[in-house]
Amino acid sequence: MKLSTKKKIYQGIAFNLFRLMSGILVVVLISILSFIVVRGIGVISWDFITKMPEDGMTKGGIYPAIIGTLCLVAGSMLFAFPVGVLSGIYIHEFVKDNWFKRFVKLMTNNLAGVPSIVFGLFGMSLFVNTLGFGDSIIAGSLTLGLLALPVIIRTTEESLKSIDNVFREGSYALGATKIQTIRRVVLPLAMPNIITGFILSIGRVSGETAPILFTVAAYFLPKLPSSIFDQVMALPYHLYVLSTSGTDMEASRNMAYGTALVLIIIVLLLNLIANFTRSYLSKKVKH
Amino acid sequence: MIEAKNLNLFYGTFQALNDISMKVPEKSVTALIGPSGCGKSTFLRTFNRMNDLIPGVKIEGEVIVDDMNVYEKGVDVDNLRKRVGMVFQKPNPFAKSIFENVAYGLRVNGVNDEKLIKQTVEESLKQAALWDEVKDNLKKSAYAISGGQQQRLCIARALAVEPTVLLMDEPASALDPISTSKIEELIHELKKKYTILIVTHNMQQAARVSDHTAFFYMGSLVEFDETKTIFTHPVKQQTQNYVTGRFG
Ligand SMILES: Nc1ncnc2c1ncn2[C@@H]1O[C@H](COP(=O)(O)OP(=O)(O)OP(=O)(O)O)[C@@H](O)[C@H]1O
Ligand SMILES: [Mg+2]
Repeated sequence: MKLSTKKKIYQGIAFNLFRLMSGILVVVLISILSFIVVRGIGVISWDFITKMPEDGMTKGGIYPAIIGTLCLVAGSMLFAFPVGVLSGIYIHEFVKDNWFKRFVKLMTNNLAGVPSIVFGLFGMSLFVNTLGFGDSIIAGSLTLGLLALPVIIRTTEESLKSIDNVFREGSYALGATKIQTIRRVVLPLAMPNIITGFILSIGRVSGETAPILFTVAAYFLPKLPSSIFDQVMALPYHLYVLSTSGTDMEASRNMAYGTALVLIIIVLLLNLIANFTRSYLSKKVKH
Repeated sequence: MIEAKNLNLFYGTFQALNDISMKVPEKSVTALIGPSGCGKSTFLRTFNRMNDLIPGVKIEGEVIVDDMNVYEKGVDVDNLRKRVGMVFQKPNPFAKSIFENVAYGLRVNGVNDEKLIKQTVEESLKQAALWDEVKDNLKKSAYAISGGQQQRLCIARALAVEPTVLLMDEPASALDPISTSKIEELIHELKKKYTILIVTHNMQQAARVSDHTAFFYMGSLVEFDETKTIFTHPVKQQTQNYVTGRFG
Protein backbone atom coordinates (compact mmCIF):
# COMPACT_ATOMS: atom_id res chain seq x y z
CA MET A 1 0.00 0.00 0.00
CA LYS A 2 1.20 3.46 -0.77
CA LEU A 3 2.25 5.54 2.21
CA SER A 4 -0.12 8.36 1.36
CA THR A 5 -3.18 6.08 1.24
CA LYS A 6 -2.15 4.60 4.56
CA LYS A 7 -1.87 8.06 6.05
CA LYS A 8 -5.28 8.97 4.70
CA ILE A 9 -6.87 5.89 6.25
CA TYR A 10 -5.31 6.62 9.63
CA GLN A 11 -6.46 10.18 9.41
CA GLY A 12 -9.96 9.08 8.52
CA ILE A 13 -10.11 6.69 11.49
CA ALA A 14 -8.82 9.35 13.87
CA PHE A 15 -11.24 11.99 12.63
CA ASN A 16 -14.21 9.70 12.93
CA LEU A 17 -13.16 8.64 16.41
CA PHE A 18 -13.03 12.27 17.52
CA ARG A 19 -16.36 12.91 15.86
CA LEU A 20 -17.91 9.94 17.63
CA MET A 21 -16.59 11.00 21.01
CA SER A 22 -17.82 14.55 20.77
CA GLY A 23 -21.10 13.22 19.41
CA ILE A 24 -21.51 11.02 22.50
CA LEU A 25 -20.77 13.98 24.72
CA VAL A 26 -23.41 16.12 23.05
CA VAL A 27 -26.00 13.33 23.20
CA VAL A 28 -25.40 12.73 26.93
CA LEU A 29 -25.61 16.44 27.66
CA ILE A 30 -28.78 16.92 25.68
CA SER A 31 -30.42 13.86 27.28
CA ILE A 32 -29.74 15.12 30.79
CA LEU A 33 -30.95 18.60 29.97
CA SER A 34 -34.07 17.47 28.13
CA PHE A 35 -34.90 14.98 30.88
CA ILE A 36 -34.83 17.75 33.47
CA VAL A 37 -36.65 20.20 31.21
CA VAL A 38 -39.43 17.73 30.32
CA ARG A 39 -40.03 16.70 33.92
CA GLY A 40 -39.54 20.13 35.41
CA ILE A 41 -41.14 22.56 32.98
CA GLY A 42 -44.69 21.62 34.12
CA VAL A 43 -44.14 22.88 37.66
CA ILE A 44 -42.45 26.09 36.70
CA SER A 45 -44.67 29.10 37.00
CA TRP A 46 -44.47 32.61 38.31
CA ASP A 47 -45.77 31.34 41.66
CA PHE A 48 -43.16 28.58 41.76
CA ILE A 49 -40.29 31.05 41.67
CA THR A 50 -41.87 33.77 43.82
CA LYS A 51 -43.78 31.88 46.55
CA MET A 52 -42.81 30.21 49.81
CA PRO A 53 -43.05 26.41 50.01
CA GLU A 54 -46.36 25.17 51.42
CA ASP A 55 -47.99 21.93 52.60
CA GLY A 56 -44.84 20.08 53.63
CA MET A 57 -43.07 21.36 50.50
CA THR A 58 -45.46 19.62 48.15
CA LYS A 59 -47.01 22.89 47.03
CA GLY A 60 -46.07 26.53 46.74
CA GLY A 61 -42.74 27.68 45.46
CA ILE A 62 -39.02 27.72 46.08
CA TYR A 63 -38.48 31.46 46.39
CA PRO A 64 -36.43 31.33 49.61
CA ALA A 65 -34.13 28.67 48.16
CA ILE A 66 -33.50 30.78 45.05
CA ILE A 67 -32.69 33.82 47.16
CA GLY A 68 -30.56 31.66 49.46
CA THR A 69 -28.49 30.30 46.61
CA LEU A 70 -28.01 33.75 45.09
CA CYS A 71 -26.87 35.05 48.49
CA LEU A 72 -24.41 32.19 48.86
CA VAL A 73 -22.98 32.58 45.35
CA ALA A 74 -22.61 36.33 45.81
CA GLY A 75 -21.17 35.97 49.31
CA SER A 76 -18.66 33.30 48.38
CA MET A 77 -17.47 35.21 45.30
CA LEU A 78 -17.22 38.45 47.23
CA PHE A 79 -14.76 36.63 49.46
CA ALA A 80 -13.03 34.24 47.06
CA PHE A 81 -12.55 36.48 44.00
CA PRO A 82 -10.45 39.24 45.58
CA VAL A 83 -8.59 36.87 47.88
CA GLY A 84 -7.94 34.39 45.07
CA VAL A 85 -6.86 36.97 42.49
CA LEU A 86 -4.60 38.77 44.96
CA SER A 87 -3.01 35.47 46.07
CA GLY A 88 -2.51 34.47 42.46
CA ILE A 89 -0.85 37.80 41.68
CA TYR A 90 1.30 37.54 44.79
CA ILE A 91 2.43 34.00 44.04
CA HIS A 92 3.14 34.65 40.39
CA GLU A 93 4.59 38.14 40.43
CA PHE A 94 6.21 38.53 43.82
CA VAL A 95 7.38 35.17 45.15
CA LYS A 96 10.77 34.05 43.85
CA ASP A 97 10.87 30.66 42.19
CA ASN A 98 12.03 28.55 45.12
CA TRP A 99 10.87 25.59 47.23
CA PHE A 100 8.34 27.76 49.06
CA LYS A 101 6.60 28.72 45.83
CA ARG A 102 6.54 25.12 44.64
CA PHE A 103 5.17 24.05 48.03
CA VAL A 104 2.38 26.64 47.90
CA LYS A 105 1.52 25.60 44.34
CA LEU A 106 1.42 21.94 45.34
CA MET A 107 -0.88 22.75 48.24
CA THR A 108 -3.17 24.82 46.04
CA ASN A 109 -3.44 21.94 43.60
CA ASN A 110 -4.15 19.48 46.40
CA LEU A 111 -6.78 21.76 47.84
CA ALA A 112 -8.61 21.68 44.53
CA GLY A 113 -8.86 17.91 44.85
CA VAL A 114 -10.20 17.77 48.40
CA PRO A 115 -13.77 16.39 48.49
CA SER A 116 -16.30 19.12 49.17
CA ILE A 117 -17.71 17.39 52.26
CA VAL A 118 -14.33 17.92 53.90
CA PHE A 119 -14.69 21.64 53.26
CA GLY A 120 -18.12 21.37 54.85
CA LEU A 121 -16.74 19.81 58.03
CA PHE A 122 -13.90 22.31 58.17
CA GLY A 123 -16.30 25.21 57.66
CA MET A 124 -18.56 23.94 60.41
CA SER A 125 -15.70 23.60 62.83
CA LEU A 126 -14.09 26.95 62.03
CA PHE A 127 -16.85 29.35 61.04
CA VAL A 128 -19.90 27.88 62.75
CA ASN A 129 -18.36 26.78 66.03
CA THR A 130 -14.95 28.33 66.67
CA LEU A 131 -15.75 31.77 65.27
CA GLY A 132 -19.31 31.49 66.52
CA PHE A 133 -21.13 32.53 63.34
CA GLY A 134 -23.61 29.71 63.82
CA ASP A 135 -25.44 28.26 60.81
CA SER A 136 -25.45 31.39 58.69
CA ILE A 137 -25.00 32.90 55.26
CA ILE A 138 -21.58 34.13 56.25
CA ALA A 139 -20.40 30.71 57.41
CA GLY A 140 -21.76 29.05 54.27
CA SER A 141 -20.34 31.71 51.95
CA LEU A 142 -16.90 31.50 53.48
CA THR A 143 -16.93 27.71 53.22
CA LEU A 144 -18.00 27.82 49.58
CA GLY A 145 -15.43 30.55 49.01
CA LEU A 146 -12.65 28.33 50.35
CA LEU A 147 -13.81 25.64 47.96
CA ALA A 148 -13.57 28.06 45.02
CA LEU A 149 -10.23 29.58 46.01
CA PRO A 150 -7.85 27.03 44.43
CA VAL A 151 -9.47 27.33 41.01
CA ILE A 152 -9.38 31.11 41.12
CA ILE A 153 -5.77 31.17 42.31
CA ARG A 154 -4.69 28.72 39.62
CA THR A 155 -6.42 30.49 36.76
CA THR A 156 -5.04 33.82 37.94
CA GLU A 157 -1.52 32.38 37.96
CA GLU A 158 -1.95 30.79 34.54
CA SER A 159 -3.39 33.98 33.06
CA LEU A 160 -0.48 36.02 34.38
CA LYS A 161 1.99 33.47 33.08
CA SER A 162 0.53 33.77 29.58
CA ILE A 163 1.25 37.51 29.42
CA ASP A 164 4.41 38.02 27.39
CA ASN A 165 7.27 39.62 29.33
CA VAL A 166 7.74 42.26 26.62
CA PHE A 167 4.73 44.11 28.07
CA ARG A 168 6.20 44.14 31.56
CA GLU A 169 9.57 45.28 30.21
CA GLY A 170 7.90 47.96 28.10
CA SER A 171 6.30 49.35 31.21
CA TYR A 172 9.41 49.20 33.39
CA ALA A 173 11.38 50.88 30.60
CA LEU A 174 9.17 53.95 31.03
CA GLY A 175 9.98 54.22 34.72
CA ALA A 176 6.86 52.46 36.00
CA THR A 177 7.04 50.61 39.30
CA LYS A 178 6.16 46.96 39.69
CA ILE A 179 2.74 47.69 41.18
CA GLN A 180 1.94 50.18 38.39
CA THR A 181 3.05 47.65 35.80
CA ILE A 182 0.88 44.90 37.22
CA ARG A 183 -2.17 47.07 37.75
CA ARG A 184 -2.12 49.05 34.51
CA VAL A 185 -0.49 46.76 31.98
CA VAL A 186 -0.55 43.13 33.09
CA LEU A 187 -3.97 42.84 34.73
CA PRO A 188 -6.00 44.36 31.88
CA LEU A 189 -4.43 41.77 29.58
CA ALA A 190 -4.96 38.90 32.02
CA MET A 191 -8.48 39.83 33.17
CA PRO A 192 -10.47 38.03 30.44
CA ASN A 193 -8.80 34.75 31.37
CA ILE A 194 -9.14 35.36 35.09
CA ILE A 195 -12.86 35.84 34.50
CA THR A 196 -12.92 32.33 33.01
CA GLY A 197 -11.79 30.93 36.35
CA PHE A 198 -14.45 33.01 37.99
CA ILE A 199 -17.12 31.52 35.72
CA LEU A 200 -16.00 27.98 36.51
CA SER A 201 -16.14 28.75 40.22
CA ILE A 202 -19.63 30.18 40.05
CA GLY A 203 -20.84 27.02 38.38
CA ARG A 204 -19.22 24.85 41.00
CA VAL A 205 -20.27 26.94 43.99
CA SER A 206 -23.93 27.27 43.07
CA GLY A 207 -24.39 23.52 42.74
CA GLU A 208 -22.53 22.32 45.84
CA THR A 209 -24.51 20.67 48.61
CA ALA A 210 -21.96 19.18 51.00
CA PRO A 211 -20.22 22.42 52.05
CA ILE A 212 -23.51 24.13 52.96
CA LEU A 213 -25.03 21.14 54.70
CA PHE A 214 -23.50 21.89 58.11
CA THR A 215 -22.85 25.59 57.67
CA VAL A 216 -25.96 27.35 56.42
CA ALA A 217 -28.63 25.29 54.68
CA ALA A 218 -32.04 25.12 56.32
CA TYR A 219 -34.36 22.16 55.80
CA PHE A 220 -37.44 24.31 55.78
CA LEU A 221 -37.44 28.04 56.40
CA PRO A 222 -40.24 29.88 54.65
CA LYS A 223 -38.88 33.39 55.11
CA LEU A 224 -36.14 35.52 53.67
CA PRO A 225 -32.89 36.21 55.54
CA SER A 226 -32.61 39.59 57.19
CA SER A 227 -28.88 39.54 57.88
CA ILE A 228 -25.78 37.59 56.95
CA PHE A 229 -26.05 35.74 60.24
CA ASP A 230 -29.34 34.10 59.24
CA GLN A 231 -29.83 30.64 57.89
CA VAL A 232 -31.23 30.22 54.40
CA MET A 233 -32.58 27.49 52.20
CA ALA A 234 -30.51 26.73 49.13
CA LEU A 235 -31.44 25.12 45.81
CA PRO A 236 -29.09 22.12 45.80
CA TYR A 237 -29.97 21.17 49.36
CA HIS A 238 -33.65 21.77 48.77
CA LEU A 239 -33.40 19.47 45.79
CA TYR A 240 -31.80 16.83 47.99
CA VAL A 241 -34.50 17.22 50.64
CA LEU A 242 -37.32 17.03 48.10
CA SER A 243 -35.97 13.88 46.53
CA THR A 244 -35.05 11.98 49.70
CA SER A 245 -36.97 13.10 52.74
CA GLY A 246 -40.12 15.00 51.88
CA THR A 247 -43.32 14.28 53.81
CA ASP A 248 -44.95 13.04 50.65
CA MET A 249 -42.31 11.82 48.23
CA GLU A 250 -44.66 11.31 45.28
CA ALA A 251 -46.14 14.76 45.62
CA SER A 252 -42.81 16.50 45.88
CA ARG A 253 -41.20 14.59 43.00
CA ASN A 254 -42.22 17.15 40.40
CA MET A 255 -41.20 19.96 42.69
CA ALA A 256 -37.73 18.40 42.71
CA TYR A 257 -37.45 18.45 38.93
CA GLY A 258 -38.68 22.02 38.88
CA THR A 259 -36.04 22.96 41.43
CA ALA A 260 -33.34 21.24 39.39
CA LEU A 261 -34.43 23.16 36.31
CA VAL A 262 -34.34 26.46 38.15
CA LEU A 263 -30.86 25.66 39.46
CA ILE A 264 -29.62 24.86 35.96
CA ILE A 265 -31.16 28.04 34.58
CA ILE A 266 -29.53 30.14 37.30
CA VAL A 267 -26.10 28.62 36.63
CA LEU A 268 -26.63 29.19 32.91
CA LEU A 269 -27.62 32.80 33.45
CA LEU A 270 -24.66 33.50 35.71
CA ASN A 271 -22.36 31.93 33.12
CA LEU A 272 -23.89 34.06 30.39
CA ILE A 273 -23.34 37.23 32.39
CA ALA A 274 -19.74 36.27 33.17
CA ASN A 275 -19.11 35.29 29.55
CA PHE A 276 -20.48 38.58 28.38
CA THR A 277 -18.19 40.41 30.78
CA ARG A 278 -15.23 38.40 29.54
CA SER A 279 -15.81 39.08 25.87
CA TYR A 280 -16.48 42.73 26.66
CA LEU A 281 -13.15 42.96 28.48
CA SER A 282 -11.16 41.16 25.81
CA LYS A 283 -12.75 43.32 23.13
CA LYS A 284 -11.74 46.37 25.07
CA VAL A 285 -8.21 44.99 25.11
CA LYS A 286 -8.05 44.14 21.41
CA HIS A 287 -9.93 46.86 19.55
CA MET B 1 27.62 61.52 28.22
CA ILE B 2 27.16 57.78 28.62
CA GLU B 3 29.96 55.35 29.12
CA ALA B 4 30.83 51.81 30.23
CA LYS B 5 33.96 51.28 32.33
CA ASN B 6 35.49 47.82 32.75
CA LEU B 7 32.05 46.28 32.61
CA ASN B 8 31.63 42.56 33.32
CA LEU B 9 28.25 40.85 33.40
CA PHE B 10 27.44 37.31 34.47
CA TYR B 11 24.28 35.28 33.99
CA GLY B 12 24.84 32.94 36.92
CA THR B 13 28.30 31.57 36.18
CA PHE B 14 28.23 32.41 32.46
CA GLN B 15 30.12 35.58 31.60
CA ALA B 16 28.17 37.41 28.92
CA LEU B 17 30.17 40.66 28.91
CA ASN B 18 33.90 40.76 29.26
CA ASP B 19 35.65 43.90 30.50
CA ILE B 20 33.93 46.37 28.22
CA SER B 21 34.97 50.01 28.18
CA MET B 22 33.33 52.33 25.71
CA LYS B 23 32.41 56.01 25.52
CA VAL B 24 29.23 56.62 23.60
CA PRO B 25 29.29 60.00 21.82
CA GLU B 26 26.40 62.33 22.63
CA LYS B 27 23.66 63.33 20.18
CA SER B 28 24.67 60.81 17.58
CA VAL B 29 23.86 57.26 16.62
CA THR B 30 26.04 54.38 17.76
CA ALA B 31 25.39 50.96 16.27
CA LEU B 32 26.17 47.71 18.05
CA ILE B 33 26.89 44.86 15.67
CA GLY B 34 28.12 41.30 16.04
CA PRO B 35 27.03 37.69 15.64
CA SER B 36 24.01 36.33 17.50
CA GLY B 37 24.67 35.74 21.18
CA CYS B 38 27.70 38.04 21.40
CA GLY B 39 26.10 40.18 24.08
CA LYS B 40 24.71 43.19 22.18
CA SER B 41 21.32 43.14 23.88
CA THR B 42 22.88 42.41 27.23
CA PHE B 43 25.20 45.39 26.86
CA LEU B 44 22.39 47.67 25.69
CA ARG B 45 20.23 46.70 28.66
CA THR B 46 22.88 47.63 31.21
CA PHE B 47 22.25 51.31 30.47
CA ASN B 48 18.69 51.27 31.82
CA ARG B 49 19.32 48.40 34.24
CA MET B 50 16.85 46.19 32.42
CA ASN B 51 18.99 43.19 33.31
CA ASP B 52 17.98 43.69 36.94
CA LEU B 53 14.76 41.88 36.10
CA ILE B 54 16.61 38.65 35.33
CA PRO B 55 17.38 36.58 38.41
CA GLY B 56 21.03 35.62 38.95
CA VAL B 57 22.60 38.52 37.04
CA LYS B 58 25.83 39.88 38.50
CA ILE B 59 27.49 43.07 37.31
CA GLU B 60 30.98 44.44 37.91
CA GLY B 61 32.41 47.75 36.74
CA GLU B 62 30.63 50.99 36.00
CA VAL B 63 27.99 52.30 33.64
CA ILE B 64 27.91 56.08 33.59
CA VAL B 65 24.82 58.02 32.58
CA ASP B 66 24.76 61.79 33.21
CA ASP B 67 28.02 61.64 35.19
CA MET B 68 26.65 59.02 37.59
CA ASN B 69 27.33 55.32 37.96
CA VAL B 70 23.91 53.76 37.53
CA TYR B 71 24.94 50.67 39.48
CA GLU B 72 25.88 52.64 42.56
CA LYS B 73 23.86 51.93 45.70
CA GLY B 74 20.79 54.09 46.17
CA VAL B 75 20.29 54.96 42.49
CA ASP B 76 16.63 55.61 41.64
CA VAL B 77 16.13 52.99 38.92
CA ASP B 78 12.66 54.21 37.90
CA ASN B 79 14.08 57.67 37.39
CA LEU B 80 17.01 56.27 35.41
CA ARG B 81 14.61 54.47 33.09
CA LYS B 82 12.78 57.73 32.52
CA ARG B 83 16.02 59.30 31.33
CA VAL B 84 17.11 56.29 29.29
CA GLY B 85 14.28 55.24 26.99
CA MET B 86 14.08 51.89 25.27
CA VAL B 87 12.51 50.51 22.10
CA PHE B 88 12.21 46.75 21.77
CA GLN B 89 12.62 44.35 18.88
CA LYS B 90 8.96 43.42 18.68
CA PRO B 91 6.53 46.34 18.85
CA ASN B 92 4.96 46.02 22.31
CA PRO B 93 2.22 48.61 22.70
CA PHE B 94 0.00 48.18 25.76
CA ALA B 95 -3.62 47.09 25.59
CA LYS B 96 -4.72 50.71 25.62
CA SER B 97 -5.68 53.39 23.16
CA ILE B 98 -3.04 55.08 21.03
CA PHE B 99 -3.34 58.16 23.20
CA GLU B 100 -3.06 56.28 26.48
CA ASN B 101 0.00 54.37 25.25
CA VAL B 102 1.90 57.60 24.80
CA ALA B 103 0.43 59.11 27.97
CA TYR B 104 1.39 56.03 30.03
CA GLY B 105 4.91 57.10 30.89
CA LEU B 106 3.66 60.49 32.08
CA ARG B 107 0.87 59.03 34.17
CA VAL B 108 3.06 56.48 35.95
CA ASN B 109 5.51 59.26 36.69
CA GLY B 110 2.87 61.26 38.49
CA VAL B 111 1.87 63.79 35.81
CA ASN B 112 -1.88 64.41 35.96
CA ASP B 113 -2.26 67.78 34.28
CA GLU B 114 -4.48 66.64 31.39
CA LYS B 115 -3.62 69.64 29.25
CA LEU B 116 0.08 69.00 29.59
CA ILE B 117 -0.45 65.30 28.85
CA LYS B 118 -2.43 66.08 25.71
CA GLN B 119 0.22 68.48 24.52
CA THR B 120 3.07 66.03 25.21
CA VAL B 121 1.26 63.18 23.48
CA GLU B 122 0.82 65.30 20.36
CA GLU B 123 4.45 66.46 20.38
CA SER B 124 5.75 62.92 20.91
CA LEU B 125 3.64 61.51 18.11
CA LYS B 126 4.88 64.29 15.82
CA GLN B 127 8.48 63.58 16.76
CA ALA B 128 7.89 59.92 15.98
CA ALA B 129 6.44 60.89 12.59
CA LEU B 130 3.16 59.20 13.41
CA TRP B 131 0.89 62.14 14.20
CA ASP B 132 -0.54 62.63 10.72
CA GLU B 133 -1.45 58.97 10.43
CA VAL B 134 -3.23 58.64 13.78
CA LYS B 135 -4.40 62.10 14.78
CA ASP B 136 -8.04 61.26 14.02
CA ASN B 137 -7.91 57.88 15.76
CA LEU B 138 -6.23 58.60 19.06
CA LYS B 139 -8.94 56.76 20.96
CA LYS B 140 -8.54 53.61 18.89
CA SER B 141 -6.71 50.61 20.32
CA ALA B 142 -2.99 50.53 19.63
CA TYR B 143 -3.51 47.06 18.14
CA ALA B 144 -5.63 48.48 15.35
CA ILE B 145 -2.62 50.02 13.55
CA SER B 146 0.09 48.28 11.51
CA GLY B 147 3.26 46.78 12.97
CA GLY B 148 5.39 49.60 11.60
CA GLN B 149 3.04 52.20 13.06
CA GLN B 150 3.02 50.31 16.35
CA GLN B 151 6.80 50.51 16.48
CA ARG B 152 6.71 54.26 15.87
CA LEU B 153 4.06 54.44 18.59
CA CYS B 154 6.51 52.70 20.94
CA ILE B 155 9.12 55.26 19.98
CA ALA B 156 6.65 58.07 20.69
CA ARG B 157 5.86 56.43 24.01
CA ALA B 158 9.54 56.43 24.92
CA LEU B 159 9.98 60.07 23.83
CA ALA B 160 7.04 61.28 25.90
CA VAL B 161 8.95 61.03 29.19
CA GLU B 162 11.73 63.18 27.72
CA PRO B 163 14.73 60.87 27.89
CA THR B 164 18.19 61.97 26.88
CA VAL B 165 19.26 58.53 25.70
CA LEU B 166 17.36 56.12 23.46
CA LEU B 167 18.22 52.41 23.41
CA MET B 168 16.93 50.45 20.41
CA ASP B 169 17.24 46.69 20.21
CA GLU B 170 16.79 45.67 16.56
CA PRO B 171 13.85 48.07 16.27
CA ALA B 172 13.17 47.31 12.62
CA SER B 173 13.88 43.61 12.39
CA ALA B 174 10.20 42.68 12.63
CA LEU B 175 9.12 45.22 10.03
CA ASP B 176 8.66 45.38 6.26
CA PRO B 177 11.13 47.40 4.13
CA ILE B 178 8.94 50.50 3.89
CA SER B 179 8.34 50.64 7.63
CA THR B 180 12.03 50.00 8.15
CA SER B 181 13.06 52.95 6.04
CA LYS B 182 10.58 55.12 7.92
CA ILE B 183 12.19 54.09 11.21
CA GLU B 184 15.63 54.80 9.77
CA GLU B 185 14.59 58.28 8.64
CA LEU B 186 13.18 58.83 12.08
CA ILE B 187 16.42 57.81 13.76
CA HIS B 188 18.22 60.29 11.55
CA GLU B 189 15.90 63.04 12.79
CA LEU B 190 16.04 61.99 16.43
CA LYS B 191 19.80 62.03 16.77
CA LYS B 192 19.71 65.83 16.75
CA LYS B 193 18.19 65.67 20.21
CA TYR B 194 19.02 62.25 21.61
CA THR B 195 21.97 59.98 22.16
CA ILE B 196 20.99 56.79 20.35
CA LEU B 197 22.34 53.27 20.80
CA ILE B 198 21.01 50.81 18.28
CA VAL B 199 21.54 47.06 17.94
CA THR B 200 21.21 45.76 14.42
CA HIS B 201 21.97 42.63 12.42
CA ASN B 202 21.65 44.50 9.21
CA MET B 203 25.05 45.80 8.03
CA GLN B 204 23.55 48.18 5.49
CA GLN B 205 21.33 49.58 8.18
CA ALA B 206 24.27 50.11 10.53
CA ALA B 207 26.17 51.82 7.73
CA ARG B 208 23.18 53.98 6.80
CA VAL B 209 22.04 55.21 10.20
CA SER B 210 25.02 55.24 12.53
CA ASP B 211 27.91 57.62 13.12
CA HIS B 212 29.90 55.17 15.20
CA THR B 213 29.88 51.39 15.23
CA ALA B 214 30.94 48.92 17.89
CA PHE B 215 31.73 45.36 16.91
CA PHE B 216 31.14 42.76 19.62
CA TYR B 217 32.34 39.21 19.60
CA MET B 218 31.72 36.61 22.31
CA GLY B 219 31.07 39.13 25.03
CA SER B 220 34.01 41.39 24.19
CA LEU B 221 34.19 44.70 22.42
CA VAL B 222 36.50 43.99 19.50
CA GLU B 223 36.54 47.35 17.82
CA PHE B 224 34.83 50.70 18.19
CA ASP B 225 35.28 53.52 15.73
CA GLU B 226 33.57 55.79 13.27
CA THR B 227 31.18 53.80 11.14
CA LYS B 228 33.05 54.75 7.98
CA THR B 229 36.27 53.34 9.37
CA ILE B 230 34.65 50.12 10.63
CA PHE B 231 33.15 49.41 7.24
CA THR B 232 36.03 50.49 5.03
CA HIS B 233 39.31 49.85 6.80
CA PRO B 234 38.86 48.35 10.25
CA VAL B 235 41.96 47.67 12.30
CA LYS B 236 41.07 44.14 13.38
CA GLN B 237 40.90 41.21 10.99
CA GLN B 238 37.84 39.85 12.87
CA THR B 239 35.92 43.05 12.20
CA GLN B 240 36.94 42.97 8.56
CA ASN B 241 35.67 39.41 8.25
CA TYR B 242 32.37 40.20 9.91
CA VAL B 243 31.47 43.37 8.02
CA THR B 244 32.33 41.77 4.70
CA GLY B 245 30.13 38.81 5.60
CA ARG B 246 32.90 36.22 5.74
CA PHE B 247 31.57 34.89 9.02
CA GLY B 248 28.26 35.25 10.74
N1 LIG C 1 18.43 35.53 30.71
C1 LIG C 1 19.57 34.92 30.38
N2 LIG C 1 20.04 33.92 31.14
C2 LIG C 1 21.18 33.29 30.81
N3 LIG C 1 21.91 33.57 29.72
C3 LIG C 1 21.49 34.55 28.91
C4 LIG C 1 20.29 35.28 29.19
N4 LIG C 1 20.11 36.19 28.22
C5 LIG C 1 21.14 36.04 27.37
N5 LIG C 1 21.98 35.05 27.78
C6 LIG C 1 23.23 34.64 27.12
O1 LIG C 1 24.09 35.74 27.06
C7 LIG C 1 24.72 35.82 25.79
C8 LIG C 1 24.46 37.15 25.15
O2 LIG C 1 23.08 37.25 24.89
P1 LIG C 1 22.45 38.52 24.16
O3 LIG C 1 20.99 38.34 24.17
O4 LIG C 1 22.99 39.73 24.79
O5 LIG C 1 23.04 38.37 22.70
P2 LIG C 1 22.74 39.24 21.40
O6 LIG C 1 24.06 39.69 20.90
O7 LIG C 1 21.75 40.28 21.68
O8 LIG C 1 22.18 38.16 20.42
P3 LIG C 1 21.05 38.32 19.29
O9 LIG C 1 21.73 38.99 18.15
O10 LIG C 1 20.68 36.92 18.96
O11 LIG C 1 19.94 39.11 19.88
C9 LIG C 1 24.21 34.64 24.98
O12 LIG C 1 25.15 33.61 25.03
C10 LIG C 1 22.96 34.23 25.69
O13 LIG C 1 22.76 32.84 25.58
MG1 LIG D 1 19.69 40.58 21.08
